[in-house]
Amino acid sequence: MAHEHKLEIFRGLVKFKSNITKIWGIFLFLSIVTIIEVAFGIVKPAFLTENTFLAMKLLNWIFIILTLVKAYYITWDFMHMRDETKGLRRSVVWTAIFLICYLVLILLIEGDYIYEVYKSGFVKFDF
Amino acid sequence: MEATVAKTGTEGKTWGGGNQPLRASYGKMMMWFFIVSDALTFSGFLASYGFSRFKFVDAWPIADQVFTHFPFLHGVDAPMYYVAFMTFVLIFSSVTMVLAVDAGHHMQKKKVILYMFLTIIGGAIFVGSQAWEWNTFIKGDYGAVETKGGKILQFLDTDGKRVAIRDFAVTLPTERATHEDKNGLWFQSEPETQTSFSYEEVKAGFLAKDNLLVRVQYKDENGEHIVLSRDASIAKIKNDGKLVVEGANLRHNEYGTPLFADFFFFITGFHGFHVFSGVLINIIIFFNVVIGTYEKRGSYEMVEKVGLYWHFVDLVWVFVFTFFYLV
Repeated sequence: MAHEHKLEIFRGLVKFKSNITKIWGIFLFLSIVTIIEVAFGIVKPAFLTENTFLAMKLLNWIFIILTLVKAYYITWDFMHMRDETKGLRRSVVWTAIFLICYLVLILLIEGDYIYEVYKSGFVKFDF
Repeated sequence: MEATVAKTGTEGKTWGGGNQPLRASYGKMMMWFFIVSDALTFSGFLASYGFSRFKFVDAWPIADQVFTHFPFLHGVDAPMYYVAFMTFVLIFSSVTMVLAVDAGHHMQKKKVILYMFLTIIGGAIFVGSQAWEWNTFIKGDYGAVETKGGKILQFLDTDGKRVAIRDFAVTLPTERATHEDKNGLWFQSEPETQTSFSYEEVKAGFLAKDNLLVRVQYKDENGEHIVLSRDASIAKIKNDGKLVVEGANLRHNEYGTPLFADFFFFITGFHGFHVFSGVLINIIIFFNVVIGTYEKRGSYEMVEKVGLYWHFVDLVWVFVFTFFYLV
């Protein structure tokens, strides 16, 4: 088995000397992202919770985007997806992403619909 | 024999057989596809969590107000710090795992042993933390009153601080006869646990103290739970209150809608089970490394495969952390 690792992250902006320094670099990056998430979660800046984009608070957008960033680097560098062939990468990542997006979309729309039914229905739920 | 062998004309081509078109061994590729299916199971859980949350979007518990405890810091309001700590433990154990994989590529047995060992320790710390988290969640802290409609009423003082029911409930002389088979329906049995105060005791204590208010599940436009005025609180407790809830189980919990605790138990439990089995698999591989199985085999690919699983567990936690504790 060949063990060649691609050592560039951030589209070539940062290039590590060896695989081990890359691992520590990724760890540092993931830690910083987690610290940012936790700090936002504790402070909850007012301008991020009051403003919304596409019916979701800006704060939640930040959380979800940062989560996806973390997931990308865990998969690509810790699980070495960066070094796999295009075919394996796509069959794993695209399949999962498509199915998950579909499931989430369907269920959230349905949940919101039931919320509206409860809210505008004739049955009292708060008692 | 020659005549029976079908020639497809693809011999020697990428997908013609006899080679690895995706340049990954069978075991590693199957580990990837197992991960895909497992990811779909987890996303099924998380998506149904989202479904239920959207269903009760104006009455869902706020995680910051539920997970406020930190070991050895009693009474200190520390939202999220403990989960953040758990996240770091898991990310760090991922780092040691990937270092073990890297050492395996270079056939450095000593280093693989060390890093595998650290990974196992990290996993054990995580599972232990989760057990502590479950324990705190099940035991509860403040207690609450459940209404006839299954809604949770929590108690605050006029300064907006949470008040535990044990701090204001009075003790009323009650006579409670133990349920026996001969006196009732044959299929009913005495409940295993009783709450430390009855609803009547909490109600009497609440009415006696003027600085107590009720917080309901419903939220205002800022996303904070609505706190009723003193008069409305008294009316709510008197008219709608039914039973006392302390802690959490699958049917009642003091934090809010029962679904919240259900999803907490199922999602973090399913994830914790993955971490636990990951630790077990890591231990098996660890001992195989120690006795030199992979040294003899000439390849540490098994470490890589179990590493994939371990990273996946970390990956799932990143999502659980976001959708259960942050959003």
